[in-house]
Amino acid sequence: MADPIDSTDTSHRRTRSSRRPGRDDVPAILVKVLLLGIVIGTAVALTPALVGEESWIFLVATWLIALVLVATYATGRALPAKYLVPGTLMLALFVVFPIALTAKTSFTNYGDGTRNDQQTTVDQIVGSSVTRADDSPQYNLTIATDGDPSSGPFTYFLVPQDDPETVYEGTEDGLEEDPGGVTVENGRVTAVDGYTILNIKQISAASDALDEIAIPTESDTFIVRDGTSEAFEGAPTLVYDADADTITDEADDVVYTVQQQGDREYFADETGKRLSDQSWTANVGTRNFNKIFTDSRISSSFIGIFIWTVVFATLSVVGTFLLGLAFAITLNDPRVRGQKIYRALLILPYAIPGFISLLLWSSFYNQDFGLINDITGLNINWFGGSFSAKVAVLLTNLWMGFPYMFLVSTGALQAIPEDLTEAARIDGASGFAGFRRITFPLLLVTVAPLLVATFAFNFNNFGAIYLLTGGGPFSPDNPTAGGTDILISYTYRLAFGAGGVQIGFAAAVSVVLFVITGVIAALQFRATRSLEDVN
Amino acid sequence: MTQVQGPPPGTTIVEDAPAAASSGRGKGGDKAPRVKMGASRWFREIGWRHLVGVLAVVWALFPVSYLVSASLNPLGNVVTSTLIPQAFSLDNYTKLLDEQPFGTWYRNSIIVCAAVVFVQLFFSALAAFAFSRFRFTGRRGGLLALLLIQMFPQFLAAVALYLMFTDIGAVIPAIGLDTLAGYILMMCGGSLGQVWLIKGFFDSIPMSLDEAAMLDGASHVQVFFRIILPLVRPILAVCGLLVFVGVIGEFLMASIFLRDEGNKTLATGLYGLIDADRSNNLGVFAAGSIMTAIPVVLLFLYLQRFIVGGITAGGVKG
Repeated sequence: MADPIDSTDTSHRRTRSSRRPGRDDVPAILVKVLLLGIVIGTAVALTPALVGEESWIFLVATWLIALVLVATYATGRALPAKYLVPGTLMLALFVVFPIALTAKTSFTNYGDGTRNDQQTTVDQIVGSSVTRADDSPQYNLTIATDGDPSSGPFTYFLVPQDDPETVYEGTEDGLEEDPGGVTVENGRVTAVDGYTILNIKQISAASDALDEIAIPTESDTFIVRDGTSEAFEGAPTLVYDADADTITDEADDVVYTVQQQGDREYFADETGKRLSDQSWTANVGTRNFNKIFTDSRISSSFIGIFIWTVVFATLSVVGTFLLGLAFAITLNDPRVRGQKIYRALLILPYAIPGFISLLLWSSFYNQDFGLINDITGLNINWFGGSFSAKVAVLLTNLWMGFPYMFLVSTGALQAIPEDLTEAARIDGASGFAGFRRITFPLLLVTVAPLLVATFAFNFNNFGAIYLLTGGGPFSPDNPTAGGTDILISYTYRLAFGAGGVQIGFAAAVSVVLFVITGVIAALQFRATRSLEDVN
Repeated sequence: MTQVQGPPPGTTIVEDAPAAASSGRGKGGDKAPRVKMGASRWFREIGWRHLVGVLAVVWALFPVSYLVSASLNPLGNVVTSTLIPQAFSLDNYTKLLDEQPFGTWYRNSIIVCAAVVFVQLFFSALAAFAFSRFRFTGRRGGLLALLLIQMFPQFLAAVALYLMFTDIGAVIPAIGLDTLAGYILMMCGGSLGQVWLIKGFFDSIPMSLDEAAMLDGASHVQVFFRIILPLVRPILAVCGLLVFVGVIGEFLMASIFLRDEGNKTLATGLYGLIDADRSNNLGVFAAGSIMTAIPVVLLFLYLQRFIVGGITAGGVKG
């Protein structure tokens, strides 16, 4: 997508002003102009759709990307940027931005029952109170969608029963008269360009979403559906007062105010009785974070699980590295015949995708038919006890991880110039001393960042725990914290388990995990001093 | 330098030695001339390496052997599967190919892997070149930030990514949720994942090479594509393999992003298979696993000549 070609490069022109053969050649410039043209063209082409969807964030993002690309590649300045921009752009869009979004969500109570903003919720509550009067206008209704028939967004096409020549297109934003591309037959819309018309089955499947739709008209009334093919217009008995942030029921003059109940806000009367069970996304400050550290359910198990998480990640890294390095050193001697064959075979576990290995190994630990008990003659119920389950998890991770370390160590060993080890040998260093003083420190420079990264990976290795033990075994007195649970698997069970999806809380957990991972990694880098001479 | 170009005459190249030693005897550049050595000395210096090597191979391969055996076991369940194949039946393979859309999963996985590997290698190499060859403000900070951000698994932001791609799909359905392109795009978020490794190897290529090329009139683009990249082909191969293996086994995000039957990858497809019946689908699952692993194994065997060998010694001397 990005164009790395740069033929008009001023910084070198300055240093070598006397001669610059082969620069500014026409084909390269043409390619560059073409690619930048495509970038701008794409941005222009997307603009109407983005404006139509009112996704302003994406509109800004699209043009920002286009501008960054043009600014980077159309000019001869900022040489490093030409190489950094493509990857950084991807990183910003699909890693950093989601992280920021997660951090933002962590201060809300977003989740089941609170997915909408307050205004939408109010509209839905008020709209659901629409009642039919005797003179309510009736419409023939056709429900259509330009998205998915099960999730919407839904659009109502309405033909007034007393005026079959007029067609309205109704969404939650309001009514529009005489939309284009509509086919009307017998006073009913039967086809619309670009829309799918829902059949009766689809309507009943989506009825929950459709029940919440109330289309506002210009005369403060709403149009709601009445069955699958008709709609009526009526006035709501509930009235929302935006200034006071209250809803008044005009039938009995009860005033509902916003009240905090649990971790959510509802409209409720003086006695606390809710008008509706619908809540909305609200900022809850640091309440999600407080919950992590003060909720007795969580904090009672937190310390133990945190320690096991650190132990799990540490032993996984150290174990795989030592094993991989040992194999690499053993086989790195050029006099060993069949080196290639050894290497190819040792790397084989790595060629098997992780989820396959995990599912396979989880069957190995079966007490009656499992391979491990079969080979060793033991009769251990591996996943029955907390300790044996931990051993099983570590053993599996050792098998899965050592080929990577073997690969990396082999590569790093061979990048160390033979001259150095040779010199050490000549200076009288024995094999091991030479390794410890010369080879190992040099090797560590290359692999230390990878070791820390592997640690961080294992610290949040949700897949390994989830596919192997599911976090178990669980003790009867604490059914939420399993014996092999690491922080991420434990807290995600809390966030997505019983009691509905709590995305805000899950986001807070993610943020905490991010901070912990970052801090531990920073401490490790400091300890290994591996980043001091990053240059 | 590398076996591709052949060693420059008159130099001893470290990484050619293993190839020479294993492929034949009596090559001129062989550092270790084959002198008859005693059996005990042979064991002390080389023999024990074979012993360790064989043990390592057994450790590495016993689950693989079980997997192969399970895939050939006509009964295909956990109870009757053994470490060493007891039967030879392709029932599980034909069952998989006939009853499951295995070809579709395979095609999808290959598309995703090829795209992500290419983008990640190319973008990482570009960035590594900047970090290795230019001095600019925020360079060190950028490197450290990169390291930190990479430690945040995308799975932790899964909900945000899900919502984001739902919105993107509303405008551009081709890269929305439940499309391969959208999934690939999301996976490309990690496209600077190999910068550190590649930069380490760029750093080991002396600047004098660049300078010489620049004096000859090469632009920095030409230096990158014609000089640096060919020199690091071995490490690019290693990185590409690592990325490939990671992508083909990526399961968590794929299970969130790709719901449609026609969009499933090998990971989500095979998981669905074993999740439906852990005991009785083992054989079919194993057959699928074997067929999944084969391209990776072949890729590794093919790339091994690049993996064998560093670049430093040859680069400086050449």
